[in-house]
Amino acid sequence: MSELSFKDFATDQEVRWCPGCGDYSILKAVQRTLAAGGAKPENTVFVSGIGCSSRLPYYVETYGFHTIHGRAPAVATGVKLANPQLDVWVVTGDGDGLSIGGNHLLHALRRNIDLNILLFNNEIYGLTKGQYSPTSRPGTTSPSSPGGSFDTPIEPGLFALGAGASFIARAVDIDQKGLPLLLAQANDHSGTAFVEILQNCIVYNKDVFDDVVSKKTAADTQIHVQNGEPLIYGKERNKGLRLNAATLALESVEIGADDVTEADVLVHDETNTTLAQLLLSMEAPLPAAMGVIHRVQKPVFNTSFWQNKPTGRRAKVVDLLRHGNMLDRRVG
Amino acid sequence: MALQPGQDETSYVVRFAGDSGDGIQLQGQQFTVASALAGHDLATLPDFPAEIRAPTGTRFGVSAFQIQFGGNRITTPGDEPNVLIAFNPAALAVNLPHLSPGAMIIVDENAFTQQRLKRADLATNPLEDGSLNEFTVIPIAISDLTQQAAKPFGLGSKDSLRSKNFWALGLMLWLFDQPRDASRQWIKIKFARDEAVRDANLAALDAGHVYGETAELAHGLVQHKTPQAKFDAVEYRTLTGAEALALGLVAAGELADTELMFCSYPITPASALLHQLAGLEDAGVSTFQAEDEIAAICSAIGASYAGKLGVTSSSGPGIALKTEAIGLAVATELPLLIVNSQRAGPSTGMPTKTEQSDLYQAVYGRNADTPIPVVASRSPADCFDTAIEAVRIALRHMTPVILLTDGYIANASELWPIPDFERYAPIATAKPDDAATGGVFQRNPQTHARVWATPGDARFIHRIGGIEKDIDSGNISYEADNHQAMTDLRRAKVASVADYLPPQELEQGVVGGLAVVAWGSTYGAVYQAVNQCLSEGYTVAQIHLRYLNPLPANLGELLARFDRVLIPELNDGQLATLLRDKLLIDSVQMNKVTGQPLGVAELKDVIYRNVPRKMLEVSNE
Repeated sequence: MSELSFKDFATDQEVRWCPGCGDYSILKAVQRTLAAGGAKPENTVFVSGIGCSSRLPYYVETYGFHTIHGRAPAVATGVKLANPQLDVWVVTGDGDGLSIGGNHLLHALRRNIDLNILLFNNEIYGLTKGQYSPTSRPGTTSPSSPGGSFDTPIEPGLFALGAGASFIARAVDIDQKGLPLLLAQANDHSGTAFVEILQNCIVYNKDVFDDVVSKKTAADTQIHVQNGEPLIYGKERNKGLRLNAATLALESVEIGADDVTEADVLVHDETNTTLAQLLLSMEAPLPAAMGVIHRVQKPVFNTSFWQNKPTGRRAKVVDLLRHGNMLDRRVG
Repeated sequence: MALQPGQDETSYVVRFAGDSGDGIQLQGQQFTVASALAGHDLATLPDFPAEIRAPTGTRFGVSAFQIQFGGNRITTPGDEPNVLIAFNPAALAVNLPHLSPGAMIIVDENAFTQQRLKRADLATNPLEDGSLNEFTVIPIAISDLTQQAAKPFGLGSKDSLRSKNFWALGLMLWLFDQPRDASRQWIKIKFARDEAVRDANLAALDAGHVYGETAELAHGLVQHKTPQAKFDAVEYRTLTGAEALALGLVAAGELADTELMFCSYPITPASALLHQLAGLEDAGVSTFQAEDEIAAICSAIGASYAGKLGVTSSSGPGIALKTEAIGLAVATELPLLIVNSQRAGPSTGMPTKTEQSDLYQAVYGRNADTPIPVVASRSPADCFDTAIEAVRIALRHMTPVILLTDGYIANASELWPIPDFERYAPIATAKPDDAATGGVFQRNPQTHARVWATPGDARFIHRIGGIEKDIDSGNISYEADNHQAMTDLRRAKVASVADYLPPQELEQGVVGGLAVVAWGSTYGAVYQAVNQCLSEGYTVAQIHLRYLNPLPANLGELLARFDRVLIPELNDGQLATLLRDKLLIDSVQMNKVTGQPLGVAELKDVIYRNVPRKMLEVSNE
């Protein structure tokens, strides 16, 4: 069989997202990742919940299961436990994954079952026509919050970290170079890989991430972290993140100014949970962290689940029927 | 139900009662085993509070266990105990209403202190105030005697008191001339690591037994012998409903050559099934304890999608949470078994008390037109066959199936003639064979089942979901005609289950007079009541439904041959509504929701009032 191209992972179904939706580029990145990784369509399953993001399985030429609102991690858990040979991907959104399905996301992450969870975060309910979501920023005006929302939003990566996630990454929808590479690493990870993708809902929350993703300023508003590399960013590559020992928070410093040298800048350690928390907590004027923010090895649930189980059927029913308190009335 | 000295009955009813921490259930189970080994038929009723160890001595902390055993066919735990053994004043007070005059009451007289009487809300001591005059009361210093027996083994007074359930068991085994061997063996295994506890319990068991031998002088206590039941020449075993259901699921998996994945969330009284199956993992079942009821059914659906048979289990409140996902399984045409161990409701209701009030929920309780087959177990042992039949339907038609059982069935036990498993028909599945071609949504014209194609198979790569799908391709479809066609298909699929059901038969009795129609765990009481009325010459018959959706095809015709239909139910009239809905049958209802099983005597009263005539009169017409 010849190698499959990303086009081989497209279905014959008409894609029904709004023109210009960030989901198109995520779909393309997913298809590229599958092709580049030599995925077998028959051994790959995409499981989704409800929402715009959750339509994605219909457009990927693999097995796919579009389930019910919020429950994709639970269905995917059943799929993976029943057949651990499968590559199982979960596609969800900020409403599906963090509101109605928050409990399942929490437990998938803490169990560390071998799933790749892609959370498309557009900070809004798109499919139900634009209500504010659990990641919407305070003051978001929407049909259900005409005077501006006042819920405190949740930060998806911090939620995942709190749940004990073993792999946390963040990416931008339109990053066709970086996103496939990140998804490939997520797929290579044993355990639950959680990837938050900042996704632009051009109808109900247009350009809400512009402060982070705008091409003009991205070099200064994003930091792409690499394990073992110093946390340096900026158009001139002269900005770095340093730990302020007094506040126990990260601060941005300019290398060369005020006697700051590269040695003052923190080096990224993706196994360090404290650093992950600091990176995920950053708000402007600090840059938003992108890339693999946290990655550790932990026991994988599906492995443990099958490890001590006898494989195949050893006990026969005819014997099991005779366990317990017997009374033999057979003649002779 | 007096216990007459020198007069042996064919069967006896004994009720053990005490604090929930007194080991009452264990005592009952041990008596059950001894009774089975002595050759009696039997049925049991554990009746315990929801609290694990409620404050001692209180009425709400009373735990009880009732058993009927004897030489005739036993199908219920009995209406009224011949003997009540009560460990404290609260246990006596709570259980007194179950007794009729003449019954024997054995009490631990050490427990009838001022303080404990007060704890039981008793102003006066019933042993002294004359309130028990119509019963035969036998006060014994069970606590003192237990401590004396346990003394040589070096346990403290509190620890040695823990053996009093075995002391009382010893006495009851003597009273009904039952063997002690199995209990001795059980104690030796259970307490193998703690010699003192082991020896104290063995000594208490023997001391209770010896006490009986000498008690005739003190109390006029006389040993009662029970005839052995007539057994077929096969092997028997005792088992609870939860055990039978677990075995039935394992058996269904073997018959279908399909592994099962059991996904559930703890809930009373359904958890017993999870515990049973967790011990059967070398028999083709794996168990997954999910984070909630919704995740439990969703992971079961995921397992079914991936080629194992997903099974989930709960009680009414949990089934309510699973409802949306049941709809997903219907929409995606996946096999799934949902077991509901019903309990008294609504909401949390009475978790440890039995009821059969989730029939509406099972048959009707979903959004949209979402029919699914419903099967019900009638007794603990019947769970074995109903589990197999429910799985057979799920796999044959590619549909979720609800299996209704209840708290009584799950925990009660009975003696079961072990079936010849070789004679069970294999269960066919819709899995594609190696030569299969064509689409996933080609359906069997008889069963309407689609192909059970699963990930890993390169021939059948497809997407599926809860959105309405095109009837042929499975792709998303919002077409008007297609939704009509899919709705028709879902209706026809469940209707087609009836083509495979055996015709409904009479359990016993004659056509023409009164039909007593029931379902679920009332089987045993209805059997006894109808049986006795028949022997008294009444034109009555018993019809017991295993299949509630769809109903057996001949049921309407069968019921039309009776003058009157009586439906006794432990709910407010749900089967009566269902039969009126499906068959336009009017019925007399007998509805009881007390958290207790149906009684034989109370049902007979209703039969007498409604049965049109005696058979003798029929022959004169």
